[in-house]
Amino acid sequence: MRVAVVGVQGDVAEHVTAVERAAASRGHAVEATAVRNAGVVPDCDAVALPGGESTTISRLLHRRDIAPELVAHVEAGKPLFATCAGLIVAARDARDSRVETLDVLDVAVDRNAFGRQRDSFESRLDVAGLDDPFPAVFIRAPAVADVGPDVEVLATVDGQPVAVREGPVVGLAFHPELTDDFRLHDVALFDPLAGD
Amino acid sequence: MAEPTDLENLRRGTDLVKRGFARMQQGGVIMDVVTREQARIAEDIGAVAVMALEAVPADIRKRGGVARMPDPANVEGIIDEVSIPAMGKSRIGHRKEAEILEALGVDMIDESEVLTPADDRYHIDKREFTAPFVCGARNLQEALRRIDEGAAMIRTKGEAGTGDVNQAVHHQRNIKGAIRQLTGMNHEEREKWAREHEAPGHLVHETAEMGRLPVVNFAAGGIATPADAALMMYHGCDGIFVGSGVFGAEDPERMGTAIVDAVNDWDNPEALAQVAGAAGSGMSGESNASLPEEEQLQDRGV
Repeated sequence: MRVAVVGVQGDVAEHVTAVERAAASRGHAVEATAVRNAGVVPDCDAVALPGGESTTISRLLHRRDIAPELVAHVEAGKPLFATCAGLIVAARDARDSRVETLDVLDVAVDRNAFGRQRDSFESRLDVAGLDDPFPAVFIRAPAVADVGPDVEVLATVDGQPVAVREGPVVGLAFHPELTDDFRLHDVALFDPLAGD
Repeated sequence: MAEPTDLENLRRGTDLVKRGFARMQQGGVIMDVVTREQARIAEDIGAVAVMALEAVPADIRKRGGVARMPDPANVEGIIDEVSIPAMGKSRIGHRKEAEILEALGVDMIDESEVLTPADDRYHIDKREFTAPFVCGARNLQEALRRIDEGAAMIRTKGEAGTGDVNQAVHHQRNIKGAIRQLTGMNHEEREKWAREHEAPGHLVHETAEMGRLPVVNFAAGGIATPADAALMMYHGCDGIFVGSGVFGAEDPERMGTAIVDAVNDWDNPEALAQVAGAAGSGMSGESNASLPEEEQLQDRGV
């Protein structure tokens, strides 16, 4: 099994580690690869789209021709796990012309919805499908503002959706890769592949 | 759906939140800007963040005199202009400049040797701030002292404003080399190393066990071309600060775009050749070797 971690910018190494831990917990032999060029995503079973700066990431995904590969990946029904800036990039609409989104997740997203870095926070978060709260780290985090009809909301903060799922795509406004808790990597990347 | 979380049980300004912010900058280029127009350009050409300061280091060198934090009105203008993080520089040991920058809403504070130090013995106690800090270091012991004071990111000092990458390479090699040394030591040898280098023991052990700094490690100081940026990535940096190198270049947009691309293509010589060819000519610069000791910025705040 091969998992791509989109690696053009952001906390890529942290995601690679979390993917490997989640895979090991299931006894999967997984090769997790940081991807900075076109041509790798089509050979991968699942993709993680990390946090970072959404303006920079979206610009590089298009400049480096990785964007159409990610769209094709989701159209083929394969798992995509998008966190923070990744969620913004995956969305239908980032409500900001500086980010050219992939439109693979039917939500509109407000960037920096909780404020600047001084407003960034961590909190225990109840997430649908998990037995115990998740240690969620929000960094200049976005929030989901408008949810399409096929999108399931998995968690909210102050009434705003911060975790969503639509088909093979899971999007989070926070950073599971910054903690040792890989349950959400497991759910997003490996649950859908369990039938294979 | 799960029970909603409310905003009351949130923890702000924790180490995880501060270091996490720095982690999001990895693989990115942070550009020095003096005006909001430059900030606009920096965001458009792919900077992950902008660093507000009063004058770029090359101009601070030429101008001489006391270099201080940027004008608050200008910082506010830069914050308003961009959606990416805006950082600002304070003088070493100048707690009040740092508090002002934090109150203005900057996303990270650079306690920087490029400005004139306000305290010749102590750095700011950064642990008490909600805003994360980045600090410069010439070697591992300096880096660990700054992390112990609360820095969430380390950058090489290099020799800012020269356009000469020599000292940034020197500092990065110092840091990486010392980590390799520590990794091969046993407990008591690491304790001895910590004492001899005036480095905090717990961080010496943590670094040795991780085989890297516990916070992200950027390159800064004298990076003037795409090839310079690629060289620092080759030396194991997590990202790049460019000071005078972008807006001191012949065509800042072309140079900035090329440096952003070079950070992605640092290990691909064919792509790098194309990137370097599209950059235009760099800032003129001045060799480190010709700088008299009193003009070197890197010896400030060790």
